[in-house]
Amino acid sequence: MNSLSLLAPALAFLGGVDPWIFTFAFITVVVTIGMGFWSAKQSKTASDFFVAGRSVSVGWNASAISGEYLSAASFMGIAGMVMASGYDVLWYPVCYACGYLFLLLFIAGPLRRFGAYTIPDFAEGRYDSPLFRKIAVCFVLFIGFVYTMPQMKGAGVTLAYIFPGMPYWGGVALVGAVITLNVSLGGMKGITLVQAFQYWIKMFAISVPVFVLMAVFGFYNGHLGANAAPGETAAPTTEIARKPLVEKAPPDTKWIAPFGPLTTKAVGAAAAKLPAEQRAAFLAEHQKPYSLLYTYSLIIALVCGTAGLPHILVRFYTNPDGGAAKRTTMWVMILIGVFYVFPPIFGVLGRNLAPDLYTGVGAKGTDKVVLELPRAVGGVLGSIMSGITCAGAFAAFMSTFSGLLVSMTGAFAHDIYGRMLRPNARPAEKLFMFKIGAIVIGAIAIVLGSQVETLQINFMVNQAFAIAASSYFPLLFMSVWWRGMTMTGAATGMLGGGLAALACTGTIILGDIGKVNLADFWAYHPLLRILAEQPAIWTMPLSIILMVVVSKATAPSVPADIRMKMLVLHAPEQLGLKQEYIEEHAPGAGH
Amino acid sequence: MSHPNPPADDAVHSESFLRSLMRRQLALSTTCAATFLAVLLGMPLLNYFAPALMATRVGGFTLSWLILGVLFFPFVWVISWLFIQRSIALENEEVAAVRKAKEAR
Repeated sequence: MNSLSLLAPALAFLGGVDPWIFTFAFITVVVTIGMGFWSAKQSKTASDFFVAGRSVSVGWNASAISGEYLSAASFMGIAGMVMASGYDVLWYPVCYACGYLFLLLFIAGPLRRFGAYTIPDFAEGRYDSPLFRKIAVCFVLFIGFVYTMPQMKGAGVTLAYIFPGMPYWGGVALVGAVITLNVSLGGMKGITLVQAFQYWIKMFAISVPVFVLMAVFGFYNGHLGANAAPGETAAPTTEIARKPLVEKAPPDTKWIAPFGPLTTKAVGAAAAKLPAEQRAAFLAEHQKPYSLLYTYSLIIALVCGTAGLPHILVRFYTNPDGGAAKRTTMWVMILIGVFYVFPPIFGVLGRNLAPDLYTGVGAKGTDKVVLELPRAVGGVLGSIMSGITCAGAFAAFMSTFSGLLVSMTGAFAHDIYGRMLRPNARPAEKLFMFKIGAIVIGAIAIVLGSQVETLQINFMVNQAFAIAASSYFPLLFMSVWWRGMTMTGAATGMLGGGLAALACTGTIILGDIGKVNLADFWAYHPLLRILAEQPAIWTMPLSIILMVVVSKATAPSVPADIRMKMLVLHAPEQLGLKQEYIEEHAPGAGH
Repeated sequence: MSHPNPPADDAVHSESFLRSLMRRQLALSTTCAATFLAVLLGMPLLNYFAPALMATRVGGFTLSWLILGVLFFPFVWVISWLFIQRSIALENEEVAAVRKAKEAR
């Protein structure tokens, strides 16, 4: 009797759930957790927990890096944002993929040769400074938390779609709790296997529904051709059955052409505040130049931010040698490059087939086009396709959030606890703190994630990348290639650029979720709005300039054995310099 | 500091070896990066100064959309493949040079 009355609200909550969609999502979660438990049995030592015992093959590692990298932003966010804003959003997938090239060209090889568990290890080893390590650890946590927010939004949107009765925060809390449990049980060894598996789920889940949709409703080029470009009087393709656009949707010519709604929003808002007769002149003068500035700043943030993301970099250490690290990067570029062709197709098809999404806000807006659109196929096939994309979305936010949680918890257990608070902690105690740390950090991420329902997934990732591009990227790039860097210079540059970007990001996010009312201020200062929304174009140079100037001023404190350090960073591993370096540093060096 | 630089008399630890090592590696990386950046940063300029050309239709796509949404990825694969080949060859040359210098002594 009593149990029945408890069941009733639970059943009401399940009302309206599509069984196919529920089944696919459920299987993904169960398999993920099952693999976590299974591999927990295999990983026993602390070293296993932190970097998977450094023995992961190229194929596995490339799939795992790609799996971790293709987050909710890639799986759901790009499609939603392409649908909302059109051409300008294509920079996101392109730069997400190309950031890897920068990593490969300048950073991956040297860092791997230097050999360390984490970025803070690198910071300490390169400058012989435990203080710098602490600063670097704080940044791992900062960037990590900013990057967890979009993943949590993805979780909230997906669960609100699967269970129409569930509030946004409920989805965030449920998914966050499940992943946190999984990480605290499995560590990174488990994650490598799970991540690799999840890459292939995501690839399958984004490509198969696209092909089915295109087979039914017409191909990518046809759907794009149904939108008139600037200078065309009519769209070239007429055989595509378009649903009528709603009022909130951007018009064809703005949507399909560069410098559209995304990059001109700030100037548009400023023009709206002007008297009507001045508007046209103001737009003509400022719109395109400001858009160009926005585009370049976005490119810098995304390309350099990739090279600075802590949870991606840590994976280079799981390769057996430098050559394998390079081959891994090549495979990652191929795996993610192929993937990134697909999400924009969802956005393009969504514009023609599901325009009613333009009117939704938060969890009901365009961010869910990947989940919703396959249903347009109709019947059981539509439900199955939608179930497949839901499974992919689960794989996306679960894998990225797991990876972040591992790297943040690793920083916490390995650095903050193991080196700062309790340097004499036994391995078992560190392992225990890893589990506690995972739970605390997971809980904070859930609270942060529940606040950001109205922000676009992709936009939040962009903000995390801007911070990474202005802190870690200059640090790594300059430390590897310029021997004149001092610890003071590196720390000043990293903090100066990183905190400047963080301040901009914080202001924009607080303003956009309505905690602070800045709309009027931004409307009167469109240039400031762009420079705060996309700070990388000035914060990254700021960081590098600070590094050079301060390092020159403190030149005497360049580490005395800098030539040896540079040799370890650059000489081929076959020469065995790393071993020599470790032996020299052995007494009390803390490596 | 208690760890001075090692003596500069043998080939591996010499200043000139490190300089040539870093210069050759950086030259390779910079060449690849410059090729990539010319295309990446050139795209917005083309969009800005030649909007009509970039709006040309190619089988339904606009030219700009086709390049950025599809063709850019294979282009990046080619650059990274070339870089990896050259970079592995470079390392092998360096190792061979050091071994030769050691045998000669």
